[in-house]
Amino acid sequence: MSSLREISCKTIRDTVERLFLEASTDLGRDVLGALKKAASAEKSELGRFALERIIENARVAREESLPLCQDTGMAVVFMEIGQDVHVTGGNLYDAIQEGVRRAYRKGYLRKSLCDPLSRVNTGDNTPAVIHTEVVPGDRIRFMAMPKGGGSENMSSVKMLLPTTGIEGIRKLIVDKVREAGPNPCPPTIVGVGIGGSIEQAALLAKKALLRPLGKRNRRDNRLAKLEAETLKEINKLGIGPQGYGGRNTSLAVHVEMMPCHIASLPVAINIQCHAARHKETVI
Amino acid sequence: MKKPKSIHTPLDDRVCRGLRAGDRVLLSGEVYTGRDVAHQRLYEAILRCKKIPIPIRGETIFYAAPTPARPGRIIGSMGPTTSSRMDTYTPKLLEMGLKGMIGKGKRSAEVIEAMKKYGAVYFGAIGGVAALMAQCVRRAEIAAYEELGPEAVMRLTVEDLPLVVVNDVQGGDLYEKAQHRFRSIK
Repeated sequence: MSSLREISCKTIRDTVERLFLEASTDLGRDVLGALKKAASAEKSELGRFALERIIENARVAREESLPLCQDTGMAVVFMEIGQDVHVTGGNLYDAIQEGVRRAYRKGYLRKSLCDPLSRVNTGDNTPAVIHTEVVPGDRIRFMAMPKGGGSENMSSVKMLLPTTGIEGIRKLIVDKVREAGPNPCPPTIVGVGIGGSIEQAALLAKKALLRPLGKRNRRDNRLAKLEAETLKEINKLGIGPQGYGGRNTSLAVHVEMMPCHIASLPVAINIQCHAARHKETVI
Repeated sequence: MKKPKSIHTPLDDRVCRGLRAGDRVLLSGEVYTGRDVAHQRLYEAILRCKKIPIPIRGETIFYAAPTPARPGRIIGSMGPTTSSRMDTYTPKLLEMGLKGMIGKGKRSAEVIEAMKKYGAVYFGAIGGVAALMAQCVRRAEIAAYEELGPEAVMRLTVEDLPLVVVNDVQGGDLYEKAQHRFRSIK
């Protein structure tokens, strides 16, 4: 019999708190690198101006531990929990919510969650959205993602005809980015989920946003090709950084896929602004 | 790139008429923050001929809700939210004399028409540079709807806030112009 490894709720709470505090103020090196590359290649003066300000903002935010963006997001947590983990000292989900609550209070992050109808703020940025996956092993992997509302609003799920094919999917992605225009704070990252059920497609699209920039889909060459070609086409739209014109409308397109029903072809597109914040750790 | 023009609020007709889509400006003076629920409340109060808590004539609204200020700081991080969510309420405010709007993203045809009719300007602020932008804020206080928490209306005094004119009084549109110039696909 394999033995269980104990992880306390306190450790979980503190881990989640730390990840959200870091994510809100410290832009990932991969994103920063992509922004710098975009700035040096951008032909549009106003587009370059926007990129330079974005890069400078990342420096100030990191140095002074200030939130990169005033929209410190809805707290999304991806948790991969080993089946040999035994959580002690409380309720696992409560510990995660408490970690989020503390991060948003201690970090002076904006509380952006409200009742959908009355629009009354929940006051502490909870509840966080928690996605759980049970995996082999005795550890927990946490990925914290404060997700902004502006880019989320430009996202969608479409149930395509089963025979639409890869060309049709590419056209849909480009059309959605064109429609979104300057609204989701370009240069964006485009997460795409193909297949599964309606909610699985959306989840794949969101998970695709966690992949480091510069890494293509390694499981399926067709998807790697789709990512490269779609990005090229998006960057011909002319929208540019902040919609001020230019060749850098998106930094990357990430596609994930899984089988779907013979009657369906769900495609979800989740747009991420340039403040692509996420941090992860294993405990 | 042309040097940015320095402008001050309250914006008058002469200043507004002199701005063109694509111009960079450094804006100083007082502005009010306001977003979704604040706009809905102002709009409904106006329709019912009730008194509203902030002046509109000649004023500038920044579609923003900053992060809370840390102790010893004037304001937290601050930047624009997507302007189009305020489009339904905006023509009414323009009719009442609103001169400037600061935000990000496209406006509706109705807003653009009303801007031409009443001589107002829509400025783009770069989204997601909120740590940097907060450095331009010299003063911040709650002006109305405190109970809305982060969505409360604030009166800010800003200095040299870097903006770009997106829509001018003549109907010029930076997004259209710039996209057209850099587009290499149908």
